[in-house]
Amino acid sequence: MPKYMLLIYGAAEGGPSAEEMPAEHQKWNEYTASLRAADAGLVGDQLRGVDEATTVRVVDGETQITDGPFAVTKELLAGYYIMDCPDLDVALGHAARAPIVTHGSVEVRPVFVYPAG
Amino acid sequence: MSPGDGRRADVGVPAAAAERAFREARAGVLAVLIRQVGDFQLAEDAVQDAFAAAVATWPRDGVPANPAAWITTAARRRAIDRLRRTRSLADRTDRLAQLARLDSQEHAVDGEQSAVEDDRLRLVFTCCHPALALPARTALTLRMLGGLTTGEIARAFLVSETTMGQRISRAKAKIAGAGIPYRVPTDDVLPDRLRGVLAVVYLIFNEGYSAAAGERLVRGELCSEAIRLGRLLARLMPDDAEVLGLLALMLLHDARRDARVDEIGRYVGLDEQDRTRWDQGRIREGLRLLEQAVRRRRPGSYQLQAAITALQVEAPSPEQTDWVEIAALYSRLAELERSPVVELNRAVAVGFAAGPTAGLDLLGPLLEDPRLAGYQPLHAAHAELLRRCGDVAAAAAAYGRAIELSANVVERAELEQRLRALVQD
Repeated sequence: MPKYMLLIYGAAEGGPSAEEMPAEHQKWNEYTASLRAADAGLVGDQLRGVDEATTVRVVDGETQITDGPFAVTKELLAGYYIMDCPDLDVALGHAARAPIVTHGSVEVRPVFVYPAG
Repeated sequence: MSPGDGRRADVGVPAAAAERAFREARAGVLAVLIRQVGDFQLAEDAVQDAFAAAVATWPRDGVPANPAAWITTAARRRAIDRLRRTRSLADRTDRLAQLARLDSQEHAVDGEQSAVEDDRLRLVFTCCHPALALPARTALTLRMLGGLTTGEIARAFLVSETTMGQRISRAKAKIAGAGIPYRVPTDDVLPDRLRGVLAVVYLIFNEGYSAAAGERLVRGELCSEAIRLGRLLARLMPDDAEVLGLLALMLLHDARRDARVDEIGRYVGLDEQDRTRWDQGRIREGLRLLEQAVRRRRPGSYQLQAAITALQVEAPSPEQTDWVEIAALYSRLAELERSPVVELNRAVAVGFAAGPTAGLDLLGPLLEDPRLAGYQPLHAAHAELLRRCGDVAAAAAAYGRAIELSANVVERAELEQRLRALVQD
């Protein structure tokens, strides 16, 4: 079965307040549980903030390490899921239910599958 | 190659007849074959192979009694050959086994109409899938479901054949790589997806309909193709009111296609058109479809637009147009579709129904909207209403703005003519 990665992007500014946090966690827990019900082999994580991101490049043999994410945009990668879905429509259906979609977005990427043998 | 079909009595046909029979059968065959082989490109290549076989043998042996079944069988065998040769496909063995199974079954199954129609519907929804960019959707729909070649589609959209070819192959690659399914969407997303399909068909129609005079011949084909697609959808989904409404709308517009241009290629507005040049057959068909749609009691924007167009074409003369009813229909359309274009048309209709002052009142908020400052039709309509109110100075200023904003030579000439007439009066 094809594998898809759901990349969870949240707005760089704003986000839930401290009071809203428990409810927000609850929503994500329920969402993750629903994905696991569809695919027991679900993999996924929330990422820590981009303040703690470090980007590495090697330019002309020299390793360059810079503070911050690969690109600073209005929406930043906040987490991901990897799961089996029969086709893109099923994956898009899961993505559309993510608690983030009203104020962020979910990018759905098919995972490359190497031919057997 | 002889997939064992009965031949027509008229053995020996010109290559052109073979090609015509093939073109007619192609879309249906592709639809079936894509499901069977599970890949757009492979299906297309195999159908192309079958075409070569048909061109070689049909002129000699005659066109088979059921060309679609013949091509399907021939193409499936070519697909099997091609699959055997490729090593890159991960699930090659499964596919080959499935195809071999299909091939051993009775060939008559291939031509079965209801199965073909199911596959056509799958093809429609896959080509119009929202995961594809809009230009790719229109191109793929025309290539897969219509009768146009890549070169013809390229000319109609005014891009090079290379660009169009790349656009289509990228779309096919995304369908395969991203796993866009080959099926009619599930009920929860079906209304949304169907709206998307109708939007693609209407976009194709408008590309052809709004073409400037010099481009008319080549782009007129887009109108015909859109109507063909509309008929296909009406056949596949006859219970959907908006499907019928869209077909009615396209037919009612298309009925006036020839009358919109005079002998020397100039644009002719609705009021000045020679009504005897309107295609009465199309008008009757459009009106009949609209009636069928309205009986479903599921109003929608295509039905409302068709009803508005119907009132315009049914009027014996421009003066006898039922503007009160048209204005009422635009109000209902504005409730469904918040768009400045609808608002503008509503203001124009009200201007005819209740007088120019009432029209100007509705235009007010649009004129204050900075996003519409560069929208030429707004200023042209504003000028027209001001002129009818007798405010010559303000009308002249509005015509001036409309002329500045006009990018179309024919349209600008028309506006300049109106400005001159205003100043002379």
